[in-house]
This record gives sequence, C-alpha cells and structure tokens, in this order.
Amino acid sequence: MIPDRRTLYAFAALIVFVTLVGVWQGPANVSLLIAHTLAYSLIALGLNIQFGYGGLFNFAIMGFLMVGGATNVFFSFPINPDFWASDGPMLLGRALLAFVAGALLVLGARRLDRFGIKGKARGIAIGIAWFVAYLVYRSQIDPAAAYIESTSGWIGGLGLYPVIGWAMAGVVVAFIARIIGKITLGLRSDYLAIATIGISEILRSFVKNMDWLTRGTLAVSPVPWPVPQPQNLQAVGVSIDDSFVYARLGFILLLAVVFVAAFVLVNRAYGGPWGRMMRAIRDNHVAAEAMGKNVRVRQLELFVLGSILMGIGGAMLVTFSQILDPSGYQPINHTFLVWVMVIVGGAGNNWGAVLGAVLIYFIWILSDPLAQFLFLNLSRWTEAIGWGAIPEIDSRSLQMRVFVLGLVISIALRYAPQGLIPEIVHKHHPELGHKKAGA
Amino acid sequence: MDEIIFLVNKVVISGAVLGSIYALGAIGVTLIFGILRFAHFAHGDMMTMGAFVAFLLAALVGAMGITAPVPLAFVVLPLAVVITAVLALLIDRGFYAPLRARGAKPVTLLIASIGVTLMIQGLIRLVFGSGTRNMYLDIEDKIIFRMDFGWLGGTRPLVLSQPQILMFFVTLACITGLHFFLTRTRMGKAMRATSDNLDLAQVSGINTQQVVTVTWLIAGSLACLAGTMLALDVNLRPDLAFNIVLPIFAAAIVGGLGNAYGAIAGGLLIGVTEALAVFNWTAVLRPFAPYLPFGMELPANLALVPTEYKLTVAFVILVITLLWRPTGIFRGLST
Repeated sequence: MIPDRRTLYAFAALIVFVTLVGVWQGPANVSLLIAHTLAYSLIALGLNIQFGYGGLFNFAIMGFLMVGGATNVFFSFPINPDFWASDGPMLLGRALLAFVAGALLVLGARRLDRFGIKGKARGIAIGIAWFVAYLVYRSQIDPAAAYIESTSGWIGGLGLYPVIGWAMAGVVVAFIARIIGKITLGLRSDYLAIATIGISEILRSFVKNMDWLTRGTLAVSPVPWPVPQPQNLQAVGVSIDDSFVYARLGFILLLAVVFVAAFVLVNRAYGGPWGRMMRAIRDNHVAAEAMGKNVRVRQLELFVLGSILMGIGGAMLVTFSQILDPSGYQPINHTFLVWVMVIVGGAGNNWGAVLGAVLIYFIWILSDPLAQFLFLNLSRWTEAIGWGAIPEIDSRSLQMRVFVLGLVISIALRYAPQGLIPEIVHKHHPELGHKKAGA
Repeated sequence: MDEIIFLVNKVVISGAVLGSIYALGAIGVTLIFGILRFAHFAHGDMMTMGAFVAFLLAALVGAMGITAPVPLAFVVLPLAVVITAVLALLIDRGFYAPLRARGAKPVTLLIASIGVTLMIQGLIRLVFGSGTRNMYLDIEDKIIFRMDFGWLGGTRPLVLSQPQILMFFVTLACITGLHFFLTRTRMGKAMRATSDNLDLAQVSGINTQQVVTVTWLIAGSLACLAGTMLALDVNLRPDLAFNIVLPIFAAAIVGGLGNAYGAIAGGLLIGVTEALAVFNWTAVLRPFAPYLPFGMELPANLALVPTEYKLTVAFVILVITLLWRPTGIFRGLST
C-alpha cells in the first residue's frame, strides 16, 4: 500500500503536532512518549491485521499484552539462584507431569468413540476426565506454588538478552492465541467480542495470581534493558539530563527497527494475493468459502499473526518501563485504547492505524496536563468568587483522559466512521459495480 | 447444624444476592439486545450512574433533615429511577440513535457503547473523584439481622443485612412487574413482537420508535435499581459495576440474549455457581473427619477454585456456554 496524498498530508500534520508537543514538554518527556508510541503502533498494527484485514473482533488485547510482558520477564530477568538451589524445580517438574497426565486423560476420553462409546456417554466421560485432570493438576501445582512462594519468592528469569525475550513473547502469545482462536473464532461478531473480553480477564487473573511465576501484584522490577541505560551513560560522563534522552534514543532506534520491519512486511502482505484473500473473507466469507478458501483456517492465521505483534509490543512496553506490574493492566488502557487508535486512524489501512496510534496516545497522555491546567484556572476562579478551591485536582484530572477517550471514539464513529485515513479499495472492475468496502 | 448454616450463609445467601444483581443487570442487557440487536456494554456504567444519582438525592434529602427506617438512598429510589431512565434515553438519542439511523452494524454500536462507558466513567470520576464512598449517610447504620438457630442445635447465626433483604424484594417486584408488563399490556406485547421480528412488527403497525423509547426507559430504571442496591450492599465506587458488567453479559448470554426470563435464570445460576466454586468444603465435611480411612486428613482448604479466581468462574461459564450452546441455554436471538 503506497501512501496517497491524504496520507502524506496527515503524517506531515502529525509530525508538526509531535514537534510542537516536543517544544512544550521537553525532549526527555517526548522521547518517553515516542518510545511508548512505537510499541503501541506495533500493537495497533496487530489489531489492524485482525480487525482491518480480517474483520475479527479481538478484545483480548490486554490479555495478550500481559502474557507478552510476563514471558519477556521470564526470559530476560536475571536468574534467581535461590529457586534453582531449592526443591522448586523438582516440584514444578512433578506439576508438569501431572499436567501431561491430565492432558492425556482428556485426550483419551475424547477418543472413546473408537471403542464404541459415543454420544452422551462420551460427553459425560470427557467432562469427568476434565474434572479429574483438573484435580490431579491442582494437587501438584498448589504445593509447588506454595513452596516456591515461601522459599524463593518466585522462579525468576533465565537471564537472556531482552530481544530474545521479545521474540519468545511473540512465540508464547502465538501459541495461546491459537488455542483461543480455535475455541472462539466460530462465534458471531458480537459474541466473539464479548468472549474475548472474558478471555482477556481470565488471562489477567492468571498473570496476576500466579505469584510463583510472575510475582503477581508484588511486581517485577527492574527488567533489564537491551541498550545502555541512563546510569551506564552517566558513568562514562554524560550529564544526567542528556543521559535520559540518549538512552531513550537508543531504545527508540531498536524499537524503530522492529517496527519498520513489521510494518513493511504487513503492508506488503496487504497488497499481495494473501491480503486480497483476507479482504474477500472479511467482506463476504460465504462467497470466499464458495471460491474454495478455508475461512476458519485463514481467520485463525490472521488472529495468530496479529496476536504475535501484540505480544511483542506488550513485551517492549514492559522492557521500556522496566517493570511488570499486573495490577497496572486495565481494559481501558490496554484494550479499548488500541481499538480507538485503529478506528480513529482508519481500520484496514496500516498508515491509518499508525497515525491513529500516535495521535490517540498523545491525546491520551496530554489530556492529563491539559485538564490540570483547566482545573487550576477554574479553581482559581471558584476561589475568587468564594466557592472554595476544587479538591484533589491531580487525581481528578488524571481521569480526564478516560472521558476524552470516550468522546473521541463517539465523535469518530459518528462523523468519520472510516477513520482519518480510510482504507483505499482499488477497483479493478468498476463496470461490475464493486461496492466500496467498509461502512 | 453449624455446617448447614455455614453453607446457607456462604452459598445460598451470597450466591442469591450476587445472582439478583446479575439478574437485574442482565434483564436490561437482554431487553436492549432483543429490541435493538446490539450488546450494550455501557450497561454496567449506567448502573453506577444510577447509584450516584441515588447517592446525590439521598445526600440532598438527608441535608433537609429527613430520616427514615430504611436507608435514605432506598427512599429516594423512585426519583433516582426516573432520572436515570431519562438519562439513558438521552444517551440513546445522543450516541446510538444517529448510528442506527445510518444503519451501522451491531458491532459498531457495541464499540459506541464502549465509548459511552468511558465517558460516563470519566465524568463520574471527574465529579466525584475515584475514592470509595458509603451509600449510608453519617447518621444511618447498616442494619444486620442475625437469626439464631440455637433451638436446632446451631451455635452460629444466619446473617442477612437489611440491603440484602430489600434487594430480594426489589428483584422479586421487578421480575413480577416485568412479567405482567410483557404479557398483559399492549406495550409489552409490542415489545415482544418487535424483539421477535422487527420488520413484521413494523408492518403490523407497531410504533417501533415508541418501543425503542420504552426499552431504554425500562433498561435505565432497572440499571438504577441494580446499581443502587449493589452500592447499598457493598460500597459506592466509580468502578462499582464496570467490574461486574462481564458476569452480567455472561448471565444474559447463558440465559439466551433477548430472553428476559433466561436472564433471570442465568443471573442466579452464575451467582450461585460463583459462590459454590469458591466454597470451602472442609467446613461442611468436618463432622465426617473421624470416619476417614486411617492416615487421611481433611485439607485446610477444599475449595474447587481459589478465591482469587472467583470472577474467572463467570467467564469460564460464559465461554463454555458460547461453545456448547452459542445462543444460550434457552435459545436466544441472533443478530
């Protein structure tokens, strides 16, 4: 997809906007924003693959980001020697064996029809097998978790280079997305949306409560950086102010390399036969099926591909902020925000998704200081006329962003449902009366 | 005896309380889905909004020096219900009606309702801050009834609080009222007809615009009732109902979207299942401990699901229902 004139203007305006914000907020702040934006652009790109290319309603973004972050921590955090010296690995091995045994039991029950046990009897057997497998697994994992939490706290990481952690985050999320997709992709659009919201909450409660694996609400910090950190730069004589900017610049460069690679690949795929097939499935899956496309498999493919980008983006966010705090993940900040990015930017158009990601993230972050400014002036005014000052201005103005986000999406849906940079549909046979996609 | 009382306290009462809230919320969700064919995600925040309206009114009435044997928030409930219903209608006119007029897809409306959710939540937090508030005014106390079962050999009382009792009555009254409205009145029949087949209803001369209006009024009223009762039972927080909007959807889907009676059943089912899943069976099995085979002991915690995973139960039920019977146990509508 080559950018058209509208895209170029939009991006020129965006660059002016970001520069102005940079002048207002200073280089340290804006470098932080840009690093976050790059990670969010990758995540928005992931959603654009799922929703824009394939029309899949994935509201489990938060869950994928959390799993990606936790995987990244597991691979990149330094090794915890206490854990490896204790009985923990042995207990976990037993839990793994119990898990495998349970899985075999369930698989065996599913194959009962080969022995002539069919219909209801087989269903009941599968149910019982699930229950027994659950009990067996719980009987092993509970003592293991309790033991690890009481002796070594948690299992720590593997101490690998963070970029390997990002890659592994993509792999693990792909694996989970495949399972989720297999289960849910047959559902109708709105049921799929609700089911994925539910699944995202299930994933969250796992990451939050498996203290032995993720340290749960205690949070893991500091997660190692892949590039020199401010303190490393200060050690070689860079001033404190500059060190933050340079360290973040290094990180931004690394993020930019990953992002540009992903963007080029995803964008090329859009124009190719693969992308055309996906759009055909999105716009009319019955016709696509009639043409011999395997709709279920292709949708699963999209779902997994998009989720990989989400997992990597989630891992990057954790590495950049150096902390994995499961209680900091909220559907508003991590699922709905990304949706607003893609819808406002233009679903189906990668340039649009990236534009939306940058724009919405800046609006989201900047509505806090703007609201603070407004409130302070309002408070001065109410004080002057004798009504007293507004209490808790800081915590209130932080909430302004939630309102602004809601307002932006309402306005966008009403007045620009195709987004700022709509998807461009090239009509190859205008005489056949192809409808413009979207609406 | 103590064991049975413990079971009733932990499973029957807390499950039914939670189930009533889920049911009240799920009826609203299911009605909106039946008539307008979209999943109204902002329903949870409408509940919170209703609770805050009731809270404001109660504070106003309390400031006038009026007292009552029941909490003031309950006394002002009729007025709060009216206000919330009108607010719900205004939200529809402002944010959903234009999209419907354009013929937007149901999922676009779902996303619009997420936008409304964010706006309501942001506004509530802007105005009231994000702290926890008590629905009871300073002079009021939460009355807790303890029923003694000493005459049956029990040592522990059966515990019920006043808001829980009020909640049962409100839920019962709502369900009965709704049942008679849907089956006996002209408007109710028109609503069911619209829910069954929009085009046919329109052709038969039913004023579907009016039906939509009434649907929002009813949904807003139920949301206000559910939110206020929930806030009376626990505490008033800006994320009061946002956290339970998914179990509410689970209840509506389990009951079959569009089916009001299914929503009630789904709500109670999910409420009781959640309570059962985290119930610690050790307490009930303790009398049988001496009969266990030699060397076996009762573990300290025999809950099926650890307490911290309580909310997960509703989602697991939701996912299983969606897979096993996607249109709900009682066969719901489809878009």
